[in-house]
Amino acid sequence: MPQIQGGDTAFVLIAAALVFLMTPGLALFYGGMVRSKNVLGTIMQSFIIISVVSLEWIYVGYSMSFGPDVGGLIGNLSWMGLKGVGAAPNPDYGPTIPQTVFMIYQCMFAVITPALITGAFAERMRFGPFLLFSLLWTIVVYNPVCHWVWGAGGWLKAKGVLDFAGGLVVHLTSGAAALAAALVLGRRKGYGKENFLPHNLPMTLLGAGILWFGWFGFNAGSALAANAVAGTAFVSTHLAGMSGMAMWVLLEWVHRGRPTTLGAASGAIAGLATVTPAAGFVSPNSAVIIGLLAGVCCYMAVNAKGKFGYDDSLDVVGIHGVGGLLGTLCLGLFATKAVNPGGADGLFAGNPGFFGVQALAVSIVAVYAFVVSWVLLKLVDVLVGLRLPREKEIEGLDLSEHSETAYNA
Amino acid sequence: MKKIEAIIKPFKLDDVKDALNEIGIKGMTISEVKGYGRQKGHQEIYRGAEYVVDFIPKVKLEIIVDAGQAPQVVEKIRESAYTGKIGDGKIFVFPLEEVIRVRTGERGNEAI
Repeated sequence: MPQIQGGDTAFVLIAAALVFLMTPGLALFYGGMVRSKNVLGTIMQSFIIISVVSLEWIYVGYSMSFGPDVGGLIGNLSWMGLKGVGAAPNPDYGPTIPQTVFMIYQCMFAVITPALITGAFAERMRFGPFLLFSLLWTIVVYNPVCHWVWGAGGWLKAKGVLDFAGGLVVHLTSGAAALAAALVLGRRKGYGKENFLPHNLPMTLLGAGILWFGWFGFNAGSALAANAVAGTAFVSTHLAGMSGMAMWVLLEWVHRGRPTTLGAASGAIAGLATVTPAAGFVSPNSAVIIGLLAGVCCYMAVNAKGKFGYDDSLDVVGIHGVGGLLGTLCLGLFATKAVNPGGADGLFAGNPGFFGVQALAVSIVAVYAFVVSWVLLKLVDVLVGLRLPREKEIEGLDLSEHSETAYNA
Repeated sequence: MKKIEAIIKPFKLDDVKDALNEIGIKGMTISEVKGYGRQKGHQEIYRGAEYVVDFIPKVKLEIIVDAGQAPQVVEKIRESAYTGKIGDGKIFVFPLEEVIRVRTGERGNEAI
């Protein structure tokens, strides 16, 4: 009979609050990078998702993601409205914490994932269609992938795929959806001609700091217990964040001649996103290497964007997509049971099979998330129209969608 | 009466204000403006994307003086705003038809 532990429960509750804080943090991170006429609209896209997805999670999402398995593909709806999800622990999901605690912790992950996508279509999407897309996306992309990877009976989980805190479930799904969104919506008006200068980088750096702080809950909390694995994940998180930041700044300093604050924030987020799937399964040295690789690969991806010509406005693809992909593969390389006996041995520990499984999971999740997101975006576009009319885009989201302005001096 | 407008480097504002105080100029209006002339703009880099920012921040001063004092004021602004580097700014002198003090209704030189 599973026994509730007070320490574990307190730890996961606090971790849930930390993960919650990441969504407002993301709002600031993104808000600072857009032009001042779009800052409220951008912040709102993250904030309102807290409501939309939390509701979805209670009534449908949690049951679809973690409820009783149907063919490895999805949870059934018997836990709708949290029926039967109570104080008793579920042995599959944190045997020492009440299932309600696991449910609310996972709720925060479901919230931030669609919020991440908003960076790709920043400054040009209508509010209503954005809500509709985000809700549908959570139901048909997030919930299934979450079930495949984390749900009891999920088919990728059964294949031995590991994802400690959401490299596949959170970062790769949102990154692939972001690519679809950038392609379907098209570029912002004035792309390549006007200057899209970030209007408030201190806001972005504050957001990055809040994200980093919250990430300790995101990764360490994914141990679902206040134990050694949580400690491993906490350390990995910090080491990858700091090495991602150092590498990005170093690269741009050499490549462009100046170390920038936006580069520091971007590198940190790249390192943190990349280590997410691996956090509880790798050694501190591996975490540093993962962070350095994240700095290199995400920097290159963000710089390559211009060559492809799509307008992923705030670099969700280059940072979260590439980070999730890279991190999941890195886990296949660096995982070792010496660090976490509950994990796996990766390629460098003599188990190339595990790397293959991770690579398979990356391809499947990336393709699924991209294709379904693309179809959803097209569907919503045909039904109600995704994009702001030209004159409203020029006016800015704040006035045209919300009848507000951020700065009234 | 003359209206003197001067576009100067923002960090020179205090020097100019002090220099004009010394010759008895008791008021001015300033605004933060942006523009470019020979100095052109500069480049900014955000995540590797290079943007040329054409408009550089400047401060614009507006000073109303008696016509006889205008040459001295212009000279003082020139001296105190000078760095010798490109982008020091420009001074414009306009003839001014009328000045009215709102509170008292005084007009002309009385109102300066």
